[in-house]
Amino acid sequence: MAKKRLRIMVAKPGLDGHDRGARVLARCFRDAGYETIYTGCHQTPEEIAAAAVQEDVDCLGLSCMSGAHRFLFPETVKKLRELGADDIQVIGGGIIPPADFQLLYDAGLKGVFVPGIALDDIVKWIEENIVPNIKD
Amino acid sequence: MEITKKVLEGNVRTVSRLIRNLEDGVPEARDTLKKIFHHTGKAHVIGFTGSPGAGKSTLIDAMITEVRKTGKTVGVLLVDPSSPFTGGAILGDRIRMQRHSTDPGVFVRSLATRGALGGLSKAVGNAIHILDAMGKDYVIVETVGTGQQEVEIINHSHTVIVVAIPGMGDEIQAIKAGILEIADIFVINKADRDGAGKLYQELMYMLNMADGFPGGWRPPIIKTENMFDTDSFRKSLIELVDTIDQHYKNLVDNNLLGNRIRRKATLELTEALHSAILDPVLTKLVESGEMTQMADKVLNKTADPYTLAEEIAKKYLREL
Repeated sequence: MAKKRLRIMVAKPGLDGHDRGARVLARCFRDAGYETIYTGCHQTPEEIAAAAVQEDVDCLGLSCMSGAHRFLFPETVKKLRELGADDIQVIGGGIIPPADFQLLYDAGLKGVFVPGIALDDIVKWIEENIVPNIKD
Repeated sequence: MEITKKVLEGNVRTVSRLIRNLEDGVPEARDTLKKIFHHTGKAHVIGFTGSPGAGKSTLIDAMITEVRKTGKTVGVLLVDPSSPFTGGAILGDRIRMQRHSTDPGVFVRSLATRGALGGLSKAVGNAIHILDAMGKDYVIVETVGTGQQEVEIINHSHTVIVVAIPGMGDEIQAIKAGILEIADIFVINKADRDGAGKLYQELMYMLNMADGFPGGWRPPIIKTENMFDTDSFRKSLIELVDTIDQHYKNLVDNNLLGNRIRRKATLELTEALHSAILDPVLTKLVESGEMTQMADKVLNKTADPYTLAEEIAKKYLREL
């Protein structure tokens, strides 16, 4: 049987259009051997959650630079749960003050990554924490 | 049994996971496929192919909008290439059609080629069956950006649409022998650009040289223009959807649909035989270590691969 290949989605919720970081990460995930779905800018939490379910990803990475992460990240987790997809692990990144980390963890995010963290460390974190979904 | 029922009811989670398991070669997924197979054959399967950046994803997005106005449902499979080095992929076609993602009448799934060379991925054929069984009226398949001979899409679609754009100069010459032969409908996208008239003439010239067409269907050429000029873009999309429906009707009226389905059936049988006969033998050879021993022999030139293969065939398939 073939090895399960990790599928990951990179998404940008809200009105922030600064997607360089998201694209760098998408490229980095491709090079790590993951099938990476990128959905582009200006997405609502509903659209992102629905897409993540249709694509059956193991992990959803949200990116936000505008400061709206306090609303958008927890809202996306909520929409995923409404779709019965609480097995999709959500991580987030962008311009996020350390004071907000706990709020995001409490909302259900598994990891938060901010400027200064090396790409290799993000991939290492994923290798250690994200297991490809194998249930029916 | 439960999974089959959920697929037929159109459960999105079940369907997306099943496609995933088929891609990954999970044996249980194949058992589910056996049960689903009898519920397939209702959807109209439409393939979009053409060079990278021709506008396939954008056209599909606009087509979904038009089709949804009639109340019909759509399943979409988008194929992008896997990296030959890492096996990773960027699946980015979805960006163009994200606005449909919360519409329950639309299901969009991206697939990586995983080494397949025909412009599709190996799992596409089965994924089409699944979207068909979940009740989608149309199943749209977008190939990777194609060059000359990624023509695998004809084995899976009832209607093949080749999207061409002006300004590619000599490439038209180059693709004459491959991709252009498989079109049921041509779309000249970005037709507001210089060279659209010339491209139209080239295609007409090519079609004029053909010795008749099956069912009398001469592939129409539809021009689609700047999508920001919404009125004329929409009009051309309505024309495209009408033409797609007419093509399907033409296949049915002339008893040609069977030929298309037979192509797919033959291919699927070949693949199924491959996994029923060859795969178990390969697995045994690898697990018993025989494969390594044989590779060593070939390496040391103490045996040749042809004799070894014949011996294996005799051992495992005594009837042959």
